[in-house]
Amino acid sequence: MEMQFRIFRHDPQVEAKPHYRSYNVKADPRDRILDCLNRIRWEQDGTLSYRMSCGHGVCGSDGMRINGVCGLACQQLVKDYEGQEVLLEPLPFFPVVKDLVVEMEGFLKRIGEQRPHLMARGDPPEKERLQDPRDRRKVDDVIRCILCACCTGACPVMTRNGDYVGPAALVWAYRYICDSRDSRYRERLKNIDFANGVWSCENFFDCTRACPKKIPVTRCINTLKREAEKLGPR
Amino acid sequence: MVFKHDVVIVGAGLAGLRAALEVTGKGDVALISKVYPTRSHSGAAQGGIAAALGNEEPDSWEWHMYDTVKGGDYLTDQNVAEILARDAPRAVYELEHMGVPFNRMNNGKIAQRAFGGHTRNFGEAAVKRACYAADRSGRVIMDTLYFEAVRKGIRIYPEFQMLDLVFRDGQAAGLIAYETATGELHFFHCRMILLATGGYGKVFKTSSNAFASTGDGVYLPYRAGLPLEDMEFVQFHPTGIHRLGVLISEAARGEGGILRNSQGERFMERHAPTIKDLAPRDMVSRAIAMEIREGRGIGGQDYVHLDLTHLGEKKLEERLSDISSFVRIYLGVDPAREPVPIAPTCHYMMGGIPTSTEGEVLDLQGERVPGLYAAGECSCLSLHGANRLGCNSLLDLVVFGRRAGQKMAGELARLPWQEAPERPGEETARRIARLKEKGTGEKTGVLRAELQEAMTLHCSVFRTEESLQKALACIGELQERYPRVRVDHKGDRFNTDLLEALELECLLGLAEAMVHSALARRESRGAHSREDHMERDDDRFLRHTLVCRRGGRVRVDHKPVTVTRFQPRARTY
Ligand SMILES: Cc1cc2nc3c(=O)[nH]c(=O)nc-3n(C[C@H](O)[C@H](O)[C@H](O)COP(=O)(O)OP(=O)(O)OC[C@H]3O[C@@H](n4cnc5c(N)ncnc54)[C@H](O)[C@@H]3O)c2cc1C
Ligand code: SF4
Ligand code: SF4
Ligand code: FES
Repeated sequence: MEMQFRIFRHDPQVEAKPHYRSYNVKADPRDRILDCLNRIRWEQDGTLSYRMSCGHGVCGSDGMRINGVCGLACQQLVKDYEGQEVLLEPLPFFPVVKDLVVEMEGFLKRIGEQRPHLMARGDPPEKERLQDPRDRRKVDDVIRCILCACCTGACPVMTRNGDYVGPAALVWAYRYICDSRDSRYRERLKNIDFANGVWSCENFFDCTRACPKKIPVTRCINTLKREAEKLGPR
Repeated sequence: MVFKHDVVIVGAGLAGLRAALEVTGKGDVALISKVYPTRSHSGAAQGGIAAALGNEEPDSWEWHMYDTVKGGDYLTDQNVAEILARDAPRAVYELEHMGVPFNRMNNGKIAQRAFGGHTRNFGEAAVKRACYAADRSGRVIMDTLYFEAVRKGIRIYPEFQMLDLVFRDGQAAGLIAYETATGELHFFHCRMILLATGGYGKVFKTSSNAFASTGDGVYLPYRAGLPLEDMEFVQFHPTGIHRLGVLISEAARGEGGILRNSQGERFMERHAPTIKDLAPRDMVSRAIAMEIREGRGIGGQDYVHLDLTHLGEKKLEERLSDISSFVRIYLGVDPAREPVPIAPTCHYMMGGIPTSTEGEVLDLQGERVPGLYAAGECSCLSLHGANRLGCNSLLDLVVFGRRAGQKMAGELARLPWQEAPERPGEETARRIARLKEKGTGEKTGVLRAELQEAMTLHCSVFRTEESLQKALACIGELQERYPRVRVDHKGDRFNTDLLEALELECLLGLAEAMVHSALARRESRGAHSREDHMERDDDRFLRHTLVCRRGGRVRVDHKPVTVTRFQPRARTY
């Protein structure tokens, strides 16, 4: 089949404003959108830039806006876009490096602020620390996160308030708050218990819908809100 | 710009990260990575990491060592396998202490599951040895090590691509890296370099590897005249999603999945009567290729079925959720209800840069190259021999990444600085300019596709003198055409057009090394299966292959295999 694409193009080094360019590519219905991007770049227009690596939704490189919805180009199949023009744009409100490539530093910094490493009590035992499988299961969903930023790109609050830590950072806070081996429960909760922390979330669920790894992001955030409330007045 | 660090680690997969954690605090260490560190392909590892913890059932490091040696079809250096198997439990406990969320048993210990070629009591029956976190074991280990590196303040240069190594008086003096975001060339002046650049499955058409797996770090020493070891041994994983090559972990069979041909027959019963579907990968891939060749592929086509329907939705969700979702997304198949179409996919490179057990890169004479180290999939410790066992790679990365790190930290007091060259990167800049200047020429993608096609056709699961000669002719022709490659993208920002053109040189060089090595080994061993030399021939070929470029020609040499506890025997399962 023949597919039509309209792609956001911008090289901030040489042009003041972005523009859109159209491309036609032949595709198999089972192809990924990423395959089409590759075909465009390899066969038609080498100047197009985007990130990719694993090609199957585990590295988190190719988060972008596909017909207005944030997702991974490697996880969307051509057959689901049959008969429509596909509009590809970078993740919203991330600064554009070039075309579909955006700056990730700020995003990763906010995750880093959650101190996403285990801080356990005392010295580790000789063998493994024991953990009840029911406790371990609490982090089952969130350890699927691939840091693709689709959730953060999709969040309507982020559009208005760039200081909001955003859903991905909260997923990472949750990851350690809910790890029974960690000892900094209170401290970690306090770290997100402020206006631009967990309380900026307005329960739009866009993040949950966008997450390519099907992490129940909003549900995690709501759990964090409840736990934070238990801490008492701020 | 010039950056100066004692140690520069190229690659932020598990091998690079683990090594960096060992050096930091003792010396100034920096990590460079051509993709964002968390995008490294270690994150794609699904199944788990092997260690004889004995949590689920009795196990011992000696059995693990034996399985590694036998799995490698006795080409494994046994001293190396011993280090690995003995150190494995410590390495896994260490990961747990750092925070890796392993799945747990009811008693709270780390859960373990069966995997291909892991056996109890020297081959008697399958044993549960793989420690795992659902089917995203690599991802969670990498996230843990990455954020540990961030916490320790290790300097990371994301999206910096190494393009050249710089040597002075035979010692590594630094490297040239290209900053993808800006197009600038930088010189990293250092005393030690650790290459941890991963695999190069992109030499083949169908692969479980990432687009970034182009083997740059393996090619550069080869281009500089250093040897590569055992390059003929390429692992084809039996269960790649048909057409795409995306991996369905062996864990799927470890949890009870069964392979079936067009007649619904569980054909592995014929090929490996004792451990059946859990035979090592080379055997299962060959069995699948035979079934397809003899017309028992599904509907006469080039794939067979992996049947997971009897595992039940709960188990699929709990332990194999990622791969279930891959199958649903890419094939539109619900693995709980329908069998999954699969075929072998290029997965892992047993060969690479020869190193000591401390990660020191070795030259043709077996002497250390001062300042140059390698770890992870790009290295060849001769640990995996002729065929790697599942879950032994992640283990290799953390065990030998750590050892390389320790060694480098120890050398800090001893190794002098080499002077920086006058105009570092000049030659690299010229090469880039040449590529960009050309108005007409061929596209990288075309040449790369031809290479991948030829390698897949002539140098994959089965090989013959004739097929390998065809591959060689094709590589030669592509190498001649390579200087005519043109780059469309003339700009500086995120010029992947340019970078892929540069990577193509690596792929071509590595394919050349593979095919020459494969031609020289006139026997069948492990993953290297010569239809014109069907038997393993220990008298002539129980030895490692070394391949290098000398005076414009490719030369093949050998070195002996270290045999300690286990004498080579016939390999049956
Ligand atoms: C799908 C899949 C599943 C797997 N599952 C398992 C499993 O369950 N258990 C197991 O033991 N093994 C498994 N393996 C094998 C194992 O994951 C790999 O062998 C291993 O992760 C390689 O790690 P590494 O650290 O050597 O390199 P990688 O993780 O591949 O990292 C390479 C690094 O080098 C960098 N790099 C490369 N070239 C350059 C350059 N020119 N300049 C700068 N940086 C560069 C990259 O950016 C990256 O950071 C699996 C492999 C695949 C593909
Ligand atoms: S649920 Fe909260 S975080 Fe998610 S999109 Fe809505 S406001 Fe944003
Ligand atoms: S929570 Fe989901 S969408 Fe957000 S970064 Fe993680 S994987 Fe991506
Ligand atoms: S390319 Fe890795 S997530 Fe899409």
